Amino acid sequence: MDRRKFLLRAGALGCSAAASPLVTPVAFADAPWEGRLVVVLLRGAMDGLDVLRPTFDPAFAGLRDGLMTGAGAGGIELADGWLLHPGLADLAPLWRAGELSFAHAVSTPYRDRRSHFDGQDMLEAGSAAEDRPERDGWLNRMLTLLPGVEARTAYALDQTEPLILKGEAPYSQWSPRTRLALTPQAQRLLELVQGTEPMVAAASARAIEIAAQVDAEAEMAEETEDMMAEMGGVTGNGAHLALARFAATRLRGDTRVAAFSLNGWDTHARQVGMLNGALGRLSETILTLKAGLGPAWDKTAVLFMTEFGRTVRPNGTGGTDHGTGGAMVMAGGALRGRQVVTDWPGLDEADLYRGRDLMPTRDVRAMAAWVMRGLVGLERGDLERVVFPGLDMGDDPRLIA
Amino acid sequence: MTFDPTIAAIRFGTGLSPRIAPPRSVDEMAYRLAGPDVTAARFPWFTFDEITPSPLQMAEAQRARRGLDPDSAEGKAAAEAYGALREAAAERHRRSLAVVLARGIAAEEGLRERLVRFWSDHFTVEARQTRTAHLVSAYVEGAIRPHVAGRFADMLKAVIRSPVMLVYLDQVRSVGPNSRLGKRRGQGLNENLARELLELHTLGVGGAYGQADVTELAELLTGLTWNPDRGFRFEPALAEPGAETVLGRRYGGPGEARLADIDAALEDIARHPDTARHLARKLAVHFVADEPDPALVAAMAAAYADSDGDLHATTLAMLRHPAAWGPPPSKAKTPMGFIQTALRALDMDPGRLIALPIPDLRRLIEGPLSAMGETYLRAGGPDGVEERAEAWITPQGMANRIMWALRVPERLLDRLPDPRDFVTHALGPLAPGEVIFAAEAAESRAEGVGVVLASAAFQWR
Repeated sequence: MDRRKFLLRAGALGCSAAASPLVTPVAFADAPWEGRLVVVLLRGAMDGLDVLRPTFDPAFAGLRDGLMTGAGAGGIELADGWLLHPGLADLAPLWRAGELSFAHAVSTPYRDRRSHFDGQDMLEAGSAAEDRPERDGWLNRMLTLLPGVEARTAYALDQTEPLILKGEAPYSQWSPRTRLALTPQAQRLLELVQGTEPMVAAASARAIEIAAQVDAEAEMAEETEDMMAEMGGVTGNGAHLALARFAATRLRGDTRVAAFSLNGWDTHARQVGMLNGALGRLSETILTLKAGLGPAWDKTAVLFMTEFGRTVRPNGTGGTDHGTGGAMVMAGGALRGRQVVTDWPGLDEADLYRGRDLMPTRDVRAMAAWVMRGLVGLERGDLERVVFPGLDMGDDPRLIA
Repeated sequence: MTFDPTIAAIRFGTGLSPRIAPPRSVDEMAYRLAGPDVTAARFPWFTFDEITPSPLQMAEAQRARRGLDPDSAEGKAAAEAYGALREAAAERHRRSLAVVLARGIAAEEGLRERLVRFWSDHFTVEARQTRTAHLVSAYVEGAIRPHVAGRFADMLKAVIRSPVMLVYLDQVRSVGPNSRLGKRRGQGLNENLARELLELHTLGVGGAYGQADVTELAELLTGLTWNPDRGFRFEPALAEPGAETVLGRRYGGPGEARLADIDAALEDIARHPDTARHLARKLAVHFVADEPDPALVAAMAAAYADSDGDLHATTLAMLRHPAAWGPPPSKAKTPMGFIQTALRALDMDPGRLIALPIPDLRRLIEGPLSAMGETYLRAGGPDGVEERAEAWITPQGMANRIMWALRVPERLLDRLPDPRDFVTHALGPLAPGEVIFAAEAAESRAEGVGVVLASAAFQWR
């Protein structure tokens, strides 16, 4: 990071050496674009074939023995023979309102080795090179192309630095699990012992400020549980809800980009119950974001991306193993929703990838690129050169309204 | 400015301690670094060949499960046995964190501990699976630690023989396309290790090499391989036939490929002037400042070149240079450095730390470390952990440092020190007045100790 960027970040932390670090009434220029982009990494490899079921494909029913029973039975008929997993039933109104889309038979360029870690690294780095451990992420490279980016423009909500936002552009990182409960005396003393040193003082002041906001939001959330429920929001205390609430609050303000992860998709055994739970959390995440974003929801796109798909046939333990092609879920008021973007490869034996996986026919990075094209207005050349080097975005699937 | 005991302990060591006096001179630091590794002798750890569960044990336990019905008695027993090994591996990994911190607390020669961390980060590897994570600590113990005051070329040669590195940078999947096995299996080169070896480990990203050197070096490195059953070996049947030209020199020839040809190339690469400059600058950036005095870097590079890549001489050149002592502290402690120097200033009993129950180790050390932004032995990429202060001194990072400082010390110690004494234990004789005042004004021992550890002065070195 060069000196100018460092100063910019120090400024964005809301402090100067002269001012009291615990008073931060600094005005920030609004980001010059309005679109909100949320990227949720579904770690563990979501079974796209189970989430959005191609019942129009004659081979499908014969391949999914035991997966579409119990909590996995039935589903919501969307259109053209696409059946939505019943665990996402609460999202049906969003589909009808044009705020929900899917891409199917998509994947990153990652092939054959099927390691979660390598697959996630590639998804987050957004690169096509399989051989190379990665150093920066595609969301960060997107930020480097945009004017007026401050630390608070983008939030990573994981505890450790996520690769997808790692890089040259400034961003903030805050785990909603972080609590900073200080007695007034401790806070006063902290201010004292950090008062003469700009970087530590600024970071601590910002920490205290965010932590206080989070606490206040938690209180407010309790008070407004009923109202949230009426508006379609979700009540409760799951980690995913804390992430979604925190993201929504930031995105209502100056923040334009948020990234976080949802775990629990590695359904090697007892997929019916496990996937139902994971999809319930995914659904609640979307509904909480929508309720929390208020009017900003109309400018928002939420992308749920996973490292790869799962095997077309179940294994011997009621689950599926690591595969290749999968699905991507998109939600948000900015979408041209109610569509499933796909070049469907078919599920006959000869259509499968290596005889076992859904054949990927589109690059999942191209979907993200087209969303950025429509939502933030980036040029195609920049997207193919800087954000996803070497990517051919292909035809415009018109994902954004 | 030249030598100062407090700076010696904080900038070049594992921090101040109420029990262990800081170094008295550069000569003493140099003498100790050249001497026997007394800290490792006192707190031993395993090398790759010693550590259990071994990769072979893990592989055999996995194989024992294959083909068994998971619901049968046999299948359940095999799954349980494998699960127990995985559990043991996870515990080893966590225990190694306690040993690293205990060594930092107790070291008379903190410089060696710091150099071990520096060089293991320089040659970063990661093993993110539960069953392999513990192997990284063994790699550091066997391939890095013995060489931190020796010749760089020897460390380099140990690293490229290390299974963890061969797996991490895909060397185990690299096959000479024209080798016996390559032709039979239709497999080819993987350039990952070759590229990082030139770009990160030796010449540096601006070094005088091109893609042709990467490819040729990748061909030269074919044959280096490892698997759990046969261990590390050089396998000529995987090696690309013929000579390779790397940085203008030819290695190998018409006969069977030899490990000695690889070693010869590594010796020459280690001796390259770009390697001297890259390593000198990286050491200076790590220990002194993000933008170190060019004279300091030049003196270190010259010492490296004059000593044929001796790291003791290179480190000593840094300690002998006024520019290593003069600048005010501008390097932020990493989360590891923060916790380790805090435990040393708190005079925590290292034996007690090593014996800490695993749940406490997770809750009080490993978890907070991650929350501060650093995952133990997982840099997040082959370029190692961040050097820039802005990467660590973040709102999230500081929130977790503050919470740890206020809450954790009292759970690790029977009795906290008097905060008025602790200011000097942690920050030395020249502690800032506001920290002395705050320590006195605190409502409790825990709060007093906490504000000292959370103070700006304690974050820098």
